[in-house]
Amino acid sequence: MSAIPVTPGQAAAFTEPWTLPSKGRVGMLSLIIGESAIFTIFVVAYVYYIGKTLYGPTPAILEVPWFNSIALLSSSVTIWLAEREIERGRMRSFAALWGLTVLLGVIFLAGTGVEWHKLIYLDGLTIHTNLFGTTFYSLVGLHATHVVVGLLMLGLVLVFTLTGRIREEHSERVQVLALYWHFVDAVWVVVFTVVYIVGR
Amino acid sequence: MADQSIPIAGSLDVTPPRREERTRLLEWLHGWVVTVDHKRLGILYVVYAIVFLLIAGAEALAIRLQLAWPNSHFLSPEIYNEMFTMHGTTMVFLVGMMIIFGFANYLVPLMIGARDMAFPRLNAFSFWMSAFGGLLLYYSFIGGFGLYGMGAAPDVGWWAYAPLTAKAFSPGHATDYWALALIVMGFGTLGTAINVIATTLSMRCRGMTLMRMPLFVWLMLVVSGLTLVTITPLTAAQIMLVIDRYLGGHFFDTQAGGSAVIWMHFFWIFGHPEVYVLVLPAFGIASEIIPVFSRKAIFGYPAMVAASVGIAFVSLGVWAHHMFTVGMTSVGNTFFVLSTMLVGIPTGIKIFNWVATVWGGKIRFKVPMLFCLAFLFQFLIAGLTGIMLSVAPWDWQLHNSYFVIAHFHYVLVGAIVFNIFAAIYYWYPKVTGRMLSETLGKWHFWLFFIGFHVTFDTMHWVGFMGMPRSIYTYEADRGWGHLNLIISIGGLIQGIAVLVFAWNMVHSYLRGREAGSDPWDAWTLEWTTPSPPPVYNFAADPVVHSRRPLWDLKHPEDPDWKYEQ
Amino acid sequence: MKSMIRERFAPAIRVSLWLGVCVASTPAARADGPQRIPSIFAPASTPAHSIFGLSMFVLTITGGIFLVVGGLLAFALVRFRARDDDDTSEPPQIYGSTQVELAWTVIPILIVVVLFLTTARIIFAIQDAPKPKDALDVTVVGHQFWWEFRYPKLGIVTANELHVPVGSATYLHLLSADVDHSFWVPQLAGKTDLIPNHPNETWMDPQQTGLYVGQCAQFCGVEHAKMLLRVYVETPEQFAAWVKEQQEPGAQEEQAAAGRHIFETEACTNCHRIAGTAANGTFGPDLTHLMSRATIASGAAMNTPQDLHDWIQNPDHVKPGALMPAMQLGDQQIDELVAYLTTLH
Repeated sequence: MSAIPVTPGQAAAFTEPWTLPSKGRVGMLSLIIGESAIFTIFVVAYVYYIGKTLYGPTPAILEVPWFNSIALLSSSVTIWLAEREIERGRMRSFAALWGLTVLLGVIFLAGTGVEWHKLIYLDGLTIHTNLFGTTFYSLVGLHATHVVVGLLMLGLVLVFTLTGRIREEHSERVQVLALYWHFVDAVWVVVFTVVYIVGR
Repeated sequence: MADQSIPIAGSLDVTPPRREERTRLLEWLHGWVVTVDHKRLGILYVVYAIVFLLIAGAEALAIRLQLAWPNSHFLSPEIYNEMFTMHGTTMVFLVGMMIIFGFANYLVPLMIGARDMAFPRLNAFSFWMSAFGGLLLYYSFIGGFGLYGMGAAPDVGWWAYAPLTAKAFSPGHATDYWALALIVMGFGTLGTAINVIATTLSMRCRGMTLMRMPLFVWLMLVVSGLTLVTITPLTAAQIMLVIDRYLGGHFFDTQAGGSAVIWMHFFWIFGHPEVYVLVLPAFGIASEIIPVFSRKAIFGYPAMVAASVGIAFVSLGVWAHHMFTVGMTSVGNTFFVLSTMLVGIPTGIKIFNWVATVWGGKIRFKVPMLFCLAFLFQFLIAGLTGIMLSVAPWDWQLHNSYFVIAHFHYVLVGAIVFNIFAAIYYWYPKVTGRMLSETLGKWHFWLFFIGFHVTFDTMHWVGFMGMPRSIYTYEADRGWGHLNLIISIGGLIQGIAVLVFAWNMVHSYLRGREAGSDPWDAWTLEWTTPSPPPVYNFAADPVVHSRRPLWDLKHPEDPDWKYEQ
Repeated sequence: MKSMIRERFAPAIRVSLWLGVCVASTPAARADGPQRIPSIFAPASTPAHSIFGLSMFVLTITGGIFLVVGGLLAFALVRFRARDDDDTSEPPQIYGSTQVELAWTVIPILIVVVLFLTTARIIFAIQDAPKPKDALDVTVVGHQFWWEFRYPKLGIVTANELHVPVGSATYLHLLSADVDHSFWVPQLAGKTDLIPNHPNETWMDPQQTGLYVGQCAQFCGVEHAKMLLRVYVETPEQFAAWVKEQQEPGAQEEQAAAGRHIFETEACTNCHRIAGTAANGTFGPDLTHLMSRATIASGAAMNTPQDLHDWIQNPDHVKPGALMPAMQLGDQQIDELVAYLTTLH
């Protein structure tokens, strides 16, 4: 079975440089586009149902989670600083900044837990109470799920960094992961605006 | 020159391992389960899809038997409703999606001169997710335990309009299986789409610029991009449905202020682009096969690329043309009329370009080309009936009638299935090393072609005569009886044709003529490899200089790269 | 408006009359027995007429496109087929032409503009037509699997068979009690959905008396297929007589007292209403004037004593999946019940 060689005689000398985008970044950006569409649908549902709840608690019971939000958004800054450190090979400060990012993420989640505890036990709002409960817990919960997934992955990287398995040459993979974390933060800006500013 | 060529011949042993003993068989099976090779995964996708094609085809025949006569009692209404729900869901998700991603998996790396997909393990994960979703859906026949005692499959239609899907109207678990299966398959599909995008953008061989990629690869890139933003809304809506059904949520609970219409919006934001997700790869297939069998380069390559991207973009803004009857404002209706009609422009450009490719060629009427040419005629008609449906006032009459069924089967069967058959006849030699029988292929083609037209041409007429879809039977005095009998006979002919095809697949695998690496005298990179291609496809990375690397090679006096750009 | 539309599309209608002939001469249309084909090409009311005219216009244009493009393709296939005596050389390679591409981009754009403007006119003409002052108002409520018709100004409640006067407009307010349905009588108007929590409206002004059939056009569950519709278009006198009859309370004839007793003491009253009795249910059709209707079970059976008997004895046999339960009555009880029901004129 013979195969045909693929290079014509004349133009064989291929001199132009041949660079392609990083597959990790392309893949992560694609995932982010897909995830954005999921969030868009949940946000649309939330906005569409603002003020359409027939009975039970309304968004007026919400308190704006400023502290939480500042914690989550600053984690985007710390992770960005961490990316710069690993690029330059400063693993110690990378580990510190990465750890700080994880801590800020955990603070955010804890804050959400406190908020939900109050809503459930003081205000009696659960996912099946009314339309507001359904849309609120779904949208905020969908985002919190992403924070949890992000934290699991960031935590793995932290463990590997502390055990010395992550080195300078992994900086691109770390940056791809950081891209996801930036996305999670950016989504919070949207969710925050829709739920706590516009919808209240 | 010799040292610049790629010495593939004989460099890798491609003989499949013999499997005489039982352990060998288990090893062989194990090899298929743990494989991350894009070609094997591609084959798994296609075989899985063909199995479900036979199942969903049998469901269609059951539907047609029931409708052949008025007031028939062949199926109970419950079973009938399950049949059409499962037929639609299976054909779209388990046949259509699986088979196009199977082709993408197999062909995209070969066509762009890559050794595998960008993320081989994600690739395997995606396939098994989708495969599991299919099993979950069909498990409902045993575990769905609906209202009427037996195990019950989903029976809410593949569009599953709220609030019929609410616990109150659909007790039991059939609807849950439906929603969960689609969520699982959605994640599998998302993974494959990401993989195809990363592969096409980041894995191309030297010289394979974007504007030199084969049109099939272009179309798969566009389709994968479209999948990212269309499958995900469906996943989101299914999550909401599951929240409603399991956690007592109220997203689609009209008693609690929820909206039935918002489900329709979410569903069709997915559902309409989904049609393009399925049909664009079919365009890609036609754009590979028609030039080869016309012996001419594709006419207007840049226009074809632009039109494909254009169709994808416009398709995101047309979903509510499925909703002309839900009581939108006149302005809303008018907007969606316009956006829908706009799709006709890039689609028209594509048809004209295919005709221009054929024009002035030397057409070889081999089986793949026959299917592609039938596709051209049928897609022309499907496009024109699409224009009719985009005319909102006429749609008020035609919507949910058999005219709509005829229209979308013209797209899904007349365009997509015909091109999938073309693709199977065209690439089967590459995948198996053997040619499909041309004689059986012609029997398959003509039977399927005749059956298709008997069925779906007639369906337009019963639609005009006021027959709505999704009804398990109809009154004798409506005058639909004879036409329905004709439709059912056509369905039977198509069934026979598919059996001929299945026999051809098996027979030719065992007895078919040796194919050689390039049986069709084609021009894209996959034909440089042996048939079947070795594990890593190319012993050395190829280098290309034009859209038709093999043309350059076969015609060194008149290579393409002199004319392109 | 109607005549405007007719004049505008006169050529298209003439050109395509033969298409109508095609429909009429299909084998099914010639079948024996009385036929009621709800063809969209036999309009009998302004919205259906406007749509018919528009559809013929669109059919002509798309038919023209098909003939031109399909003809070119067919010609190419015959003219450029490979012949047995051909040499093995390849045909001249042509990669494309910007001028040609531009030409076949502009032509579809022009066609789309024409089609769009024509369509938009008809959308506004039908959907935003001013409502005449004397229009009859009917509220239509979709149920699994039957139709409830309420005439609020006339105080009439009936089911499955709509009566409207000829020559004047009827406005239908569409509601749903459970899931999505769709109101479709092809000869009178296009379909409009009945969606819970989402009131809709449609209208018709039939120009010929007669019986027009249709059915639910949005899948609504098990018995979606047997959710049939009948519209009786009557002369103003006939319609007035029908209204007067419907406004009467339920009949109370002595010889049917036994059946009436069964009706009032069994669970019938939970779902059905008969004006002038204790029966006041709303889940099922109003039976006050049951005998004024030609069919029962939303068209699944004829309104004869025998069919009534079968229906009451085992609704699942007549219409499997219908929500009416079998009441486990003896034959004699059912006979008495049917005797009572047949007095409800």
